[in-house]
Amino acid sequence: MTQILWNSRILCVAVILFAIGFVTLLLNRNLLKKVIGLNIMDTASYLFLTSLGYINGRTAPIIIDGVIEPERYVNPLPAGLVLTGIVVSVSVTAVMLSLTLRLYKRYHTLNIDEIYRQVHLEQEEEA
Amino acid sequence: MNIIELVLLGLLIICGIATCVSRNLMVSLIIFMAYSVVMSIIWGFLEAPDLAITEAAVGAGISSILLFITLKKIHDMRKEDGHEAESEEKEQLL
Amino acid sequence: MKQNPKKKNSFFEHLREWDEGNFDLTEAAMGELHPPRPERKHQNMDWVHHHLVRMEAREVSFFEHLYPFMAVILAAAMILFLLVVVSEMPAFGRADTPTNTSVVIKRYIGNGLEETGAVNIVAGVILDYRAFDTLGESHVLFTAAIAVFILLLQEHDEKEKQQDLRILKNDLILRKTATVLLPLIIMFGVYVILCGHLGPGGGFSGGAIIGGGLILYSMAFNTGNLGRVINMRSYRIIVLCALLSYSILKCYSFFCGANGLHTIFTTGTPGAIFSAGLILPLNTAVGLVVACTMYGFYSIFTKGRI
Repeated sequence: MTQILWNSRILCVAVILFAIGFVTLLLNRNLLKKVIGLNIMDTASYLFLTSLGYINGRTAPIIIDGVIEPERYVNPLPAGLVLTGIVVSVSVTAVMLSLTLRLYKRYHTLNIDEIYRQVHLEQEEEA
Repeated sequence: MNIIELVLLGLLIICGIATCVSRNLMVSLIIFMAYSVVMSIIWGFLEAPDLAITEAAVGAGISSILLFITLKKIHDMRKEDGHEAESEEKEQLL
Repeated sequence: MKQNPKKKNSFFEHLREWDEGNFDLTEAAMGELHPPRPERKHQNMDWVHHHLVRMEAREVSFFEHLYPFMAVILAAAMILFLLVVVSEMPAFGRADTPTNTSVVIKRYIGNGLEETGAVNIVAGVILDYRAFDTLGESHVLFTAAIAVFILLLQEHDEKEKQQDLRILKNDLILRKTATVLLPLIIMFGVYVILCGHLGPGGGFSGGAIIGGGLILYSMAFNTGNLGRVINMRSYRIIVLCALLSYSILKCYSFFCGANGLHTIFTTGTPGAIFSAGLILPLNTAVGLVVACTMYGFYSIFTKGRI
């Protein structure tokens, strides 16, 4: 099993990075840190997807000298999918950051617990 | 190639952990930028040059710029509120 | 109905009296009533409150000590579980895995050059075979820009105050560097967009590079003349035209772009700049959307308007 894991070490690193992003989400109360943690989780899953399409000894899917044998190039499909994912993740990051700014403008803190407490107080006052 | 790959993978994990545990927000943002650059080099090794160029432009460029601007904006708003010293200290703890 | 002031029926009235320090509940039960003592006002309640808060704080701190360990243990369990899954998966870098032996892959690589005319197969896949995905992706970006505008666009009376919040004020080094670097960055971005079908690159990366260049200029000169070129009006026009032209071109190619039907967009000579049919115009449209949206994000975040 150790040999198998060593052969697919990039997949293992992707798994570990996913867990690191998850821990960043759990451990930090700061909203900006949470955004960074989500970004790390994103890139980890992209790394996992891309490494599924890699084949030893083959080159990038850009046709050189007119050779069109499928045995010469790596899998182009994961790269295309991940390209879509990267742009979606930057859009999500922008929306999250603008929400963070709005929350800071209203509650004057980045701490999620403090924001939650103030929201709770406001709700109690309304009721 | 093998040794460089191992070093880069190690750097990825180190950068991820450092981003998680660093107390200062600015430091963790800069480490996150470094993480994105290392990730783009690894995509170059994985024979996906499209992804490498996109990650270097989007991940290390645009996302980090947006994060930095958000941080700067929050600092400015904090100054307007008028309690800098206390908040500075608070931010280190967050 | 008039009540006897000496007589206290309700439990809450007793409680209020006790809070104000008028009497102890223990003594009141025995029927004795003390005169009001102003120095003891709220003393009873403060004592209870103090103890409750201390108890709560102790509980919270216990939980807070436990919480990081639990989080790390959870993550370690997740890593172990996923590593077991990885060890059961097909090995890394093999050609005979289900992912890499799919019929689609052979079709994309074997017939891609002939059918799409793109030397870069990834560009052929995302902008010809699967162009619908990329249209959706551009719309995701556009929707995100709209969401950011809704959240952060500011009214006109706040504009004067926001002028002070620019990033750097008249930095000489930044200005000179931006003057030298900006043409090179824009040129590289345009090259990446135009050669998206010939090599690595494409609309997204090139658009992000151009957007980065515009952000650098805007940082150094505090928008300067750029505000006249890209404002809310021109942003709307550029993005709308790019998305509409993308949709119309792709609709045309859905109806007569394959299976030997007559089409005005030919694949041309592979390797030439004007080849690969629709890929070059689609890349340009996507690049325009991405560049304007990235600059728009920056502008909205710093100044609250484009």
